Amino acid sequence: MKADPKGVLTGEHYLDGDYACAEGAMAAGCRFVAGYPITPSTEVVERMALRFPFMGGVFIQMEDEMASMNAILGGAWGGKKTMTVTSGPGFSLMMENLGLGVMMEVPCVLVNVQRGGPSTGLPTMVGQADMMQARWGSHGDYEIIALSPASPQEAFEYTIEAFNLSETYRVPVLLMMDECVGHMTEKVVIPTADKIDLVPRKLTKLPPEKYLPYKTDSSMVPEMIVAGEGYKIHTTGLTHDERGYPVMTPECQEKLVRRLVDKIRKNAEKIIHIEETQIQGADVVVMAYGITSRVAQPAIDRARKEGMKVGQIKLITVWPFPEKRVAELSKKIKAWVVPEINYGQVSLEVERCAGGKARTILVPHGGGWVHDPDNIYKAIKEAVK
Amino acid sequence: MEQIVHEEHPMESYLRMDRIPHIWCPTCGIGTTVSCFISALKKYEQRSLEKVAIVSGIGCTGRVAGYVKLDSFHTTHGRAIPFATGLKLANPDLKVIVFSGDGDLISIGGNHFIHAARRNMDITVICINNFIYAMTGGQVAPTTPLTALASTSPHGNFEQPFSLPQLAASCGAVYVARWTALHIRRMTNAFLEALNKRGFSFVEIITPCSTLYGRRNRLGTGLDLMKFYYDNSEIQHGADIRSLDIEFQKKIIIGKFIDRERPTFIDSMNTHLKGKYGDKYEWYGEKIPEVPVKAAG
Repeated sequence: MKADPKGVLTGEHYLDGDYACAEGAMAAGCRFVAGYPITPSTEVVERMALRFPFMGGVFIQMEDEMASMNAILGGAWGGKKTMTVTSGPGFSLMMENLGLGVMMEVPCVLVNVQRGGPSTGLPTMVGQADMMQARWGSHGDYEIIALSPASPQEAFEYTIEAFNLSETYRVPVLLMMDECVGHMTEKVVIPTADKIDLVPRKLTKLPPEKYLPYKTDSSMVPEMIVAGEGYKIHTTGLTHDERGYPVMTPECQEKLVRRLVDKIRKNAEKIIHIEETQIQGADVVVMAYGITSRVAQPAIDRARKEGMKVGQIKLITVWPFPEKRVAELSKKIKAWVVPEINYGQVSLEVERCAGGKARTILVPHGGGWVHDPDNIYKAIKEAVK
Repeated sequence: MEQIVHEEHPMESYLRMDRIPHIWCPTCGIGTTVSCFISALKKYEQRSLEKVAIVSGIGCTGRVAGYVKLDSFHTTHGRAIPFATGLKLANPDLKVIVFSGDGDLISIGGNHFIHAARRNMDITVICINNFIYAMTGGQVAPTTPLTALASTSPHGNFEQPFSLPQLAASCGAVYVARWTALHIRRMTNAFLEALNKRGFSFVEIITPCSTLYGRRNRLGTGLDLMKFYYDNSEIQHGADIRSLDIEFQKKIIIGKFIDRERPTFIDSMNTHLKGKYGDKYEWYGEKIPEVPVKAAG
């Protein structure tokens, strides 16, 4: 399916990451956005509020983030592609109904332009410390998909990818931006609508009397409906069977939650999107995401110039985590260097997957600014020893 | 041989019979209220039932969405209104109804309630007020009358409760009514009027919770309590909304308090943007032609 030209601002633009994310969403066919103002994410919805009236979209500024998250779930059942946008404190408030989205299997996108935390933290300054919250933030057990763009161009592209993944797997997809990417302005090339591939919603073709809302085939992803088409479905946040009816038994829990987890886990290799550079023969691999993947670049270049064998992995999808690839490479390399703007989140995953085969060196940063590339360089130098 | 006759229950096609029996206690007012709601749905002509959706949150009343055969959404605690808001805005052809208990709607969902009323979101909200959190074991609610006993107000409630019709009316609801669980005919009419109304319509139903509220406060059986509310209510249509407080086991003012017109959220959006941008703006909204509204009755 190709994009609707009405939402595609074809051309070369100078946009910040927030605006580019908004353009990506509109190009992806998003036509319902509910949001609540919070720095540094608000520009995303501001742009959509401005442009939506001319493409049949509706923006509503809700009373809080719990309402915003819920409204996009309702909107998705109403047949629209939907999105909400927030940052730290709002992300925390959205966790409740992110879980509902996982349980009801609602395709939608949640953007978090990360700032420094905890609590109110550094509202206008960068952080990357919500990565584990993205993975585990809502209660209960589930799997989620999260992407991390490193530039306005990527914000545009990966917002579209986020929508496509959410439709493919019927799961809310998180776009984990950071304040630096959100607020940096760069050239963004937006192709024509016919060059943008979209995944349409997997709607059932069965008649209402034969349709069961949570019956699945081997894809583990059930077909959806649009409210108001006569299917008269029931869906709930309670543990439910194929009919969508609550069933309070361990057996039903096992069947449902196992599938919710497996539909992501067993498709992880299809979902995972990483960029590898000079991995062949590397002694050390720097793994980074978002703005930090760019800050690491001068450190990597300098180390390479000095003869160190440094490879690079940039995570586009942070969740699901590329477990297999990390385990595989750990047998060949000496160490991982993981710079991130927190005190160790994704690095814990690297360490776990490396399983003692290669060292993991975290280069932490508390937030408020990006790393000094010197610190990343020093870590690489230490790692090659 | 005697022939066994299987007559269909008159509400069977409106209920998920494969989920009956329901979980509600005997003499709970929710069953009666749902019956009246279905009676109203039978008379509702603006849209086919396919275009009617129901959303509820958590609690005893939260389970209503699970028994009614409509597109039905059982959401999180307090969040039925924002979910319904998204559903309605994404799909304006739908008539969206929220069924909620008092704790769900007014405590944890209170912020959503006041803002949906302010925006005149085109949804119908039905609140079953039993003065207590019933599902979780009878805790005090923002509707519990002063001095009433609850598991978390074991010495009697000393917090001033909300008057729900006053709250709804003050925030901009276009239709506000209150009835008790035994006002079968009037409640049904109120539901039909609310469904036919464009905008935020609100009906509060005073119902007994015999298992927790009635027992703890020694008010007799659910039926005793239902009768008490019926006998001690006084119909005052158009009553001053400031006079609608409910005191413990005292007179309850019931009736239709508000019935007015205000543009809905979508109306206002369309009018404003069309006025500002003319043909550049694509009119958003209902494809279903407006059917003249029949008088309830």
